[in-house]
Amino acid sequence: MELLDRISENLQNGFDETVVQLTEDAVEKQIPPEEILSDGLIVGMNIVGEKFKNHDIFLPDVLLAARAMNGAMEILKPLLIKEGIPVRGKVVIGSVKDDLHDIGKNLVAILLKGAGFEVIDLGNDVPAEKFISAAKEENAHVIGMSALLTTTMPVMKKVVDLAKDEGLFGKVKIIVGGAPVSKEYALEIGADAYSYDGANAVETVESFFPANSR
Amino acid sequence: MNNLLERLRDGTILVADGAMGTMLFERGLRSGECPEAMNLTRPSVLEDIAGLYLDAGADIIQTNTFGGSPLKLASYSLADEAHLINSNAVLAVKRAVAGKAHVSASCGPCGKILKPYGDTEPELVYESFEIQMKAFFESGCDVICIETMMDLREMLLAIRAAKEKAPGIPVMATMTYDATPKGFFTIMGDTIEKASRELEEAGADVIGSNCGNGIENMIRIAREYRKYTTLPIIIQSNAGLPVIKDGTLVYPESPEFMASMAKELVDAGVSIIGGCCGTGPEHIRAIKNAISPAGLR
Repeated sequence: MELLDRISENLQNGFDETVVQLTEDAVEKQIPPEEILSDGLIVGMNIVGEKFKNHDIFLPDVLLAARAMNGAMEILKPLLIKEGIPVRGKVVIGSVKDDLHDIGKNLVAILLKGAGFEVIDLGNDVPAEKFISAAKEENAHVIGMSALLTTTMPVMKKVVDLAKDEGLFGKVKIIVGGAPVSKEYALEIGADAYSYDGANAVETVESFFPANSR
Repeated sequence: MNNLLERLRDGTILVADGAMGTMLFERGLRSGECPEAMNLTRPSVLEDIAGLYLDAGADIIQTNTFGGSPLKLASYSLADEAHLINSNAVLAVKRAVAGKAHVSASCGPCGKILKPYGDTEPELVYESFEIQMKAFFESGCDVICIETMMDLREMLLAIRAAKEKAPGIPVMATMTYDATPKGFFTIMGDTIEKASRELEEAGADVIGSNCGNGIENMIRIAREYRKYTTLPIIIQSNAGLPVIKDGTLVYPESPEFMASMAKELVDAGVSIIGGCCGTGPEHIRAIKNAISPAGLR
């Protein structure tokens, strides 16, 4: 479908107004919203993510594409909800308690939203208990945690432990990231996954949802 | 001490200090607190830390003002205290070093992403830096070090603010790069070549890189800078990326290892060598010994 290709292309170029306009056109032409999402927006976002991963493009391009995606999602989201089609998945995200670094976390939130996930951003300095209560209240599928200080990383372990205690473990996937965090650390504390950057975080979260990822 | 640039022109290799955050935590900063708030409540701690780095042989001592721009302080509701926070820090280091080292006023990112990619007006960021630079100037720092910048545009705004509000004070400008298979880039995609050109045009007096991922990458970064600039180069490396050892997190690069690499930094054309995350007085002492005239030649 040519219109959906144009949505993908304009999204890759970060032309947010055009993407919003084309999405409106597509809705008007009775293209099912889930198709606009999967065959237009997500196709484009996946290409952006791939290029970012390969260092062919950089953060500014990704931010513009994500903004275009968000603009289009504003139109599609009510339609998807009306049709009872779940949005891709719900992610509760935050920088852990005592960590006030949030650029990395914000970026991951933008990229996840851009990829069509619903993101509940708890901000920074988030206590372990709050990750758990928010995940429960929101029926989230994923908890994402960021730490940029070695001193705050133990909070991540606390969240994993609490998730086990509260019976969330196995139901809610836990993903961690941030400069001092490593794959080994994620394994050691029992988190489900580690991501080394924003694009990888999106890929990893997508891998949690094999059924509706495309 | 205000002959920093002269000393560099004479070919002197200078040593800057190491990390600040860990030192503050060891002295009662609680995680979650604003590190710069200590400048208001316990400036004597700043003097202690400066003294330790001075004893270790640092020629340049940085102030605890990395997050001292009003925009950054606003996340702790301390924006209104910006002037005092910054000037207290400069004055504390000045007292501690008593003319035996250069007082370098640290300025880090504002924590926002500039329009059109983010939501923050560049002019707002510039005005925030102006307030910080004015405080640096009025309290009498010897040099301003704008560091850990990942967006060249934000760096240029800070340099412009420094030149405007702190006339005559030398500016050191250091960016943080990621090592990728395609070369070194900031997260915003700025290259060392582009940064060299634009930092120089903006009037930076010393340029280079800080933080990063290990001192070996810094040697490659320094060599690349040298290709594009004749300005003095400053490198302040972290002690590698933290690893887990026996259940605790440690920065892997020892003082001895970093000191052995420091000589290669000098060979690559670096004039100022200091530390970033994971480095302490022992790293600085080792680096100083390695590059002192006896250690070098």
